[in-house]
Amino acid sequence: MRGDFRALVMGAAALLIGLLLLAAGLELAGYDASAALAALGSGAFGTWQAFTGVTLVRAVPLILIGLGFALALRGGALNIGAEGQFYAGAIAAAWMGVQAAGWPAWAALPAVAAAGWMAGALWMVLPVVLRLRFGVLEAISTLLLNFVAEALVSLMVLGPMQEPTGIYPQSAPIAEAARLPLLPGTRLHAGFLVALLAAGGMAWVFARTWWGFRLRALGEGSRAAEVSGRVPAGRMLALALFGSAALAGLAGAFEVSGVSYSLYQNLSPGYGFTAIGVALLARLRPSAIVLTGIVFGALEAGAGAMQRDAGVPAVAVYVVEAAVILALLLGNAAARRGGQRAVGADAAGGAA
Amino acid sequence: MMDPVAVVADVLAAAVGIATPLALAATGETLAERSGVVNLGIEGAMLFGALGGAIGATVAGPAAGLGFGVLAGVLVAVLFAAVAIGAGADQIISGTAVTLASVGLTGTIYRQFYGPAGVGLSIPTLAPLPIPALSQLPLVGEALFAQPVTTYLTFLLIPLTWWFLFRTRPGLALRAAGEDPVAARAAGVPVRVTRVAAVLAGGAFAGLAGAALVLAQVGTFTERMTAGRGFVAIAIVVLGRWNPVGAGLAALLFGLATAAQFAFQAAGLDVPYQLFLMLPYLLTLLALAGVVGRVKAPASLGRNGD
Repeated sequence: MRGDFRALVMGAAALLIGLLLLAAGLELAGYDASAALAALGSGAFGTWQAFTGVTLVRAVPLILIGLGFALALRGGALNIGAEGQFYAGAIAAAWMGVQAAGWPAWAALPAVAAAGWMAGALWMVLPVVLRLRFGVLEAISTLLLNFVAEALVSLMVLGPMQEPTGIYPQSAPIAEAARLPLLPGTRLHAGFLVALLAAGGMAWVFARTWWGFRLRALGEGSRAAEVSGRVPAGRMLALALFGSAALAGLAGAFEVSGVSYSLYQNLSPGYGFTAIGVALLARLRPSAIVLTGIVFGALEAGAGAMQRDAGVPAVAVYVVEAAVILALLLGNAAARRGGQRAVGADAAGGAA
Repeated sequence: MMDPVAVVADVLAAAVGIATPLALAATGETLAERSGVVNLGIEGAMLFGALGGAIGATVAGPAAGLGFGVLAGVLVAVLFAAVAIGAGADQIISGTAVTLASVGLTGTIYRQFYGPAGVGLSIPTLAPLPIPALSQLPLVGEALFAQPVTTYLTFLLIPLTWWFLFRTRPGLALRAAGEDPVAARAAGVPVRVTRVAAVLAGGAFAGLAGAALVLAQVGTFTERMTAGRGFVAIAIVVLGRWNPVGAGLAALLFGLATAAQFAFQAAGLDVPYQLFLMLPYLLTLLALAGVVGRVKAPASLGRNGD
């Protein structure tokens, strides 16, 4: 419990540092920082509609991908390619959603989700093979595949999947039956509930199952093994990476079937990278990832409002996110000087 | 149908142009990795180098742009070095965060500096400097001897870095820091200082690479314009077997894969251009599979607690 409290204080401090840096930077650049931060706050939390319809909607992919990043890192692997897996899932889900015309919702919705989930995992096949057979670091291979996925989306929306009129660079809209139901009185889709369930399920796996225990053990000791070229417990690692990628693919499917209703380029404003901050801020704990996912969702939601109302470029929020990650890394390093992998070991130790 | 010799010459020339920033960034990253540090932040350093190049060129011409680019790259590397070496945090996560910060900062500064209209076509760029006689050589003349100054600089920096790494005492100390930091320290090598210096040099190279991208290749700055070239450079370091000359050749391979589309266009084949966007990344991945395992990475690469 004391560890929990310390983690909460450190997380809050990191977030505060990020926001202060943003404010200082905006002041320096000649913006009205207080107006910008006010716009950020009201865009994220100002109304019930803003909170549920923007902040929580943005939190869904961040929670799912954050859970996936945590899953992989617990196994000692770095999945930096969630962006690509997200797009692979979005492509498959959009394709399935268009096919689902005339289907009943009970068939269409699971089909779309499964398509995204599987496509995400498929996108991980090459990195897993490269890692296990050839020793290529998954951090690099997953990262490179992001660019392949982005090109693939472009290829699809201008080629085989382009909407029938052939004017816009986007897919045809998915069938009504393939659209996720909205929670009553909000614009928040049911994928949010799935994200909560996923977090609960993963917390249970980590805390209560033999598999979760072994995964943790692997994560703690693997860095040295990895660098010395010995591949640790291949099957566990592969499962962790596939699970991680499947969650990112599911996030892509939900973005299509719950938000955009069709596939287009730049569907993700960098969820795959933002989610790294989400997972680290939560110290890789599933229940905490729900909270930090909402916090980062609020930042993303507020960024849009900040650009609209205060003229501050939305990308400025990346600086906050990066500052949060860096502040946490520095804090962890200070807390356990000499530790080998401060973040992973911390989280594994804390959850035990 | 075009003359095939002319097509090949064009493809080669384009490949060398595309390879130039990649080779520069990979040469710098080779220094960092030989000292034991993986810096994913060079994507951010390149992006900052690109913005620095654009701003420097706008204010004081293309030569100043190169200088600004180098400076910007070094500044980004300072941030990475502080977190990853100073505090000993995970190198890959630190590098990712530094790149994320760079995307946000360059996007913001760019709009601050150029306004909503953007930089447009207003920056002075580096024109090719054909070398008399040599540039008239068949096939390779244009590729090797009618390039902007940044490419010639790359031709110079690659062997120079090789010489430094493998033929000088500081180069030996740098490699020792990456192979066995404990033994290196016992032999009197200041490991952390060496690593910081290598990372800063890597940042300078990445910054120059970004500036070269803007001033010699694209001719303008756009948000996120490096599009993963810094990450590709990291793969190229592995492909080049942690050797600057190898990195230069691997960069050329990537450039050829990208430039191949011109050959297809010249041949009148209607292949979607996105396939050519994917091809270099996929080739890089496959090439990595062939190379990793057969060559040894610096033994303490990526490890902090020395």
